[in-house]
Amino acid sequence: MKRSPPKLSLSLLTFSALGAGAATPALAADLNVTVEVPRLTVAEYHKPYVAIWVEAPDASTAATLAVWYDADSKENHGTKWLKDMRQWWRKAGRAMSFPADGISGATRAPGPQKLVFSGAKGPLKDLKPGQYNLVVEAAREVGGHEAVRVPFTWGKPGAPATAKGTAEVGAVTVAVK
Amino acid sequence: MTFKKRLLAVAAPLAIGVALFLPSAASAHRGWIVPSFTVLSGDGAWVTLDAAISNELFYADHNPMRLDAVVVTAPDGSVDKIQNALTGKYRSTFDVQLAKPGTYRIGSATSSIMASWTQDGQVKRFRGTPEEFAKQVPAGAADLKTIKSFNRNETFVTRDAPTTTVFAPTGKGLELVPVTHPNDLVAGEAATFKFLLDGKPAADLDVTLAPGNSRYRATPGDFKVKTGADGSFKVTFPEAGMYWLNAVVRTGETGRGPGGGMGGPGGAPAPATPLAGDGMSASYTATLEALRP
Repeated sequence: MKRSPPKLSLSLLTFSALGAGAATPALAADLNVTVEVPRLTVAEYHKPYVAIWVEAPDASTAATLAVWYDADSKENHGTKWLKDMRQWWRKAGRAMSFPADGISGATRAPGPQKLVFSGAKGPLKDLKPGQYNLVVEAAREVGGHEAVRVPFTWGKPGAPATAKGTAEVGAVTVAVK
Repeated sequence: MTFKKRLLAVAAPLAIGVALFLPSAASAHRGWIVPSFTVLSGDGAWVTLDAAISNELFYADHNPMRLDAVVVTAPDGSVDKIQNALTGKYRSTFDVQLAKPGTYRIGSATSSIMASWTQDGQVKRFRGTPEEFAKQVPAGAADLKTIKSFNRNETFVTRDAPTTTVFAPTGKGLELVPVTHPNDLVAGEAATFKFLLDGKPAADLDVTLAPGNSRYRATPGDFKVKTGADGSFKVTFPEAGMYWLNAVVRTGETGRGPGGGMGGPGGAPAPATPLAGDGMSASYTATLEALRP
């Protein structure tokens, strides 16, 4: 499960920092993401493995924000399927080690999953202002694979943008706040 | 020499010859080693592989590949044995544990020599490994003609981040040097490789690429590319899937023309005929996977 209390206090900190220096670029803004894990009527359902990452305009990976997988499985077997999120695996995952502190998390149940990625710490801390895509890539055991991209501008608060997958990823909404 | 001994003397080189030459013997018979996965993650990773010589790619429809010469080169350059090897009617299967992260090469690199010479007024023939050649063919033999072959057949698998240690050229035969890593291939993206022949760029070399699943296509889908002066070639895999990559270099005699045989049909030893001249061949085969974007 997510460690909500520290995240909350950090976003408060960010908010107060923003308030104090209104003239400076809001580099410490947070990335608010809602990922809908679709509810699927299939004979054999396994919760999807999901990688959430920031893609630079040249399609390189700027930051891995979250990876949901079966991190607690016996003998670390969960890592066996990380390569199925193949776009992320090729660009970032294969060079990382798992579990990755602050990035690894358990798989999630169907429904909207609200996430806040702090701009004040972790992978977003050094992200340069500019245009990016947030990518949500899902792979499901005995299921399919899909990646959904949502554009956003990092560096200043902006209106939320939404994109929707067709099968393995539901609506993804991204807002810089 | 007893009859039995003589039989053995004929049979042994023949068997070796068949084993070594089969993968490239006829263009329709294609040798391949196909891994269950080429890109893997996690420290419990294993791959299981099929190896066969077939007409259709990649269906075991002709002969199993002999596994005697198949070895695993680990990311640190150490050589491992294959595990759980089994040779059936149409294919061989085996497993490889990817105990270390990085790129593994799985395959064979074999050299063989065909020779003819004159000894005591009689034409003698030989076919076998360079080591056997040194033992069985007298030094300074009269009218010595040789056809030397070097054959590679391999595939690559990577656990976690790709590495390049296994691609260090040995300077023997045809070798593939990646510019694009062979475990970093995606359908629709251009990939670049380079061929070396005995360590030097193999220019103007025809490279054949043939996609798998040919049974379900009206046309096989093979295509050719040519290497440039630096031995490099560029290829875009049109679709995701397994591909058979092959290139052959031949100079001089092939030993396949009339009079090049080792004996008559049906096992009755006919008088040996000399090779018409010297020759060499080098073949390279790899099974590569292009992933979906």
